[in-house]
Amino acid sequence: MVNAVVYKMILASGILVLSLLVAMYSTLVERKVAGWFQDRHGPNRAGPWGLLQPLADGIKLFFKEEFMPNTADKFLYILGPSLTMLVACLTSAVIPWGPDIVINGESYALQVADINIGILYIFAIVSVGVYGIMIGGWASNNKYSLLGAVRASSQMISYELAMSLSIITIVMMTGSLSMREIVNQQQGFNWNIWYQPLGFLIFLICAFAETNRAPFDLPECETELVGGYHTEYSSMKLGFYLFAEYINMFISGAVMATLFLGGYHFPGLDKLGLSPNVFALVSFLVLFTKITFFGFIFMWVRWTLPRFRYDQLMKLGWKSLMPLAILNVLVTGVIILFNL
Amino acid sequence: MEPLTQRSKTVSDKKMTFAEKLYLPAILGGMRITFGHLFKKKTTIQFPEAKRPFAGVYRGRHVLKRDEAGRERCTACGLCAVACPAEAITMVAAERKPGEEGLYREEKYAAVYEINMLRCIFCGDCEEACPKEAIFLTDRLVASEYQRKPFIYGKELLVEPADPEKRIDVSERQTPEVLAFKKDRQHKHNN
Repeated sequence: MVNAVVYKMILASGILVLSLLVAMYSTLVERKVAGWFQDRHGPNRAGPWGLLQPLADGIKLFFKEEFMPNTADKFLYILGPSLTMLVACLTSAVIPWGPDIVINGESYALQVADINIGILYIFAIVSVGVYGIMIGGWASNNKYSLLGAVRASSQMISYELAMSLSIITIVMMTGSLSMREIVNQQQGFNWNIWYQPLGFLIFLICAFAETNRAPFDLPECETELVGGYHTEYSSMKLGFYLFAEYINMFISGAVMATLFLGGYHFPGLDKLGLSPNVFALVSFLVLFTKITFFGFIFMWVRWTLPRFRYDQLMKLGWKSLMPLAILNVLVTGVIILFNL
Repeated sequence: MEPLTQRSKTVSDKKMTFAEKLYLPAILGGMRITFGHLFKKKTTIQFPEAKRPFAGVYRGRHVLKRDEAGRERCTACGLCAVACPAEAITMVAAERKPGEEGLYREEKYAAVYEINMLRCIFCGDCEEACPKEAIFLTDRLVASEYQRKPFIYGKELLVEPADPEKRIDVSERQTPEVLAFKKDRQHKHNN
């Protein structure tokens, strides 16, 4: 029992550190990828290949002036970025990172909490995420921040619907809300994406909107709203907002990989006859590769597409994605009902 | 009506087709283009390590040459100052004293020789006017300054070091074309 508690604590801190590290280096990768897409090199001065750049950026943010507008609501102003960061770190709790590992003859799950409503948990936490942005934008007492916050909330609510509807088909097929159960039903190459390509596409598009990434980065929208909800933020409070975006990117990549691309499964991997711990490590690397792939897609799209207009965003969410998702649910239901 | 340019395009407000309304084909097309750029040659020049090469005939900061024995070639004849369209060159001539034969090539030399780099237009007329092959334009750049005063370069900045190792190479700019141009008599200043 004590062992299990200690193990969970180590695992939870490990995953926290991992997501922070990944987010840190995503900032570098994003700038590198942006450079490559624009025929540039990207940052390469701080350390070899610019590997120390995230450190330099972090130090810079820490030493910036802690500015607070004197009309701002002090408590809410600080609560905003804290909440965003907290929520970003919470989501990773239910993601299964790999098959069980064996320590001293006991097997432990590579998952912080295998709760039987894993998907609901993710949606609940992600929905709380919008509060961080809304509170921050409201507390700044600035019209641009408020506009950004309003956009963020309406956008997130609009896209969460289609997102949930696209997941319902997965739940219908699997018959479970547990993330581990969903992964285990995608053994080998039996991935959900082959059965739910439309659902995957809807989920992918909604994931862009949920993480406030281009082409749906209207809450920030520096061309119209200065900086959107974080206009009045500086120093590490701004850093938290920016950082949370990258953690969200990492986590939504993990969720997509888990729900649609078979999580840590890869065809032929379980036939290699590896010892359990090595197998767990390789499986984790497989999952990580899939997440990296999604991360690259996030960046690729960001440096390809211009920002949507606000009415286009709403039209796409309500008039295209929603009906498509409902249609997808209906078709899946009919197929399951008649065992086609 | 006559189109104003050859490049004008006809704009139509036709309804979008279903494929266009989906956006996805267009988005994938765009993503293909950006992906292609990943592997293109980077246009950046890594400045302090790599420098963009100057054209061979680049006309930059001047140098006052010395001869093989390390004596200043300039005799303060003033032809460069006369040729200078920007009136950037001034000089004060002096007579060579006995014992200074190792310093100056001929009996007359420039005690003061100043070029105002803010006035100079780097046309190279001084180089063409010089009968003693004393002044040349090089591929070096004039550094930026905070005040106007330092832009007036005196002899300490213009005359090249006497040490044969540290001489300024001006041969690159003296291409056959440049030399032919200098000899060309139809240019008034060469007469």
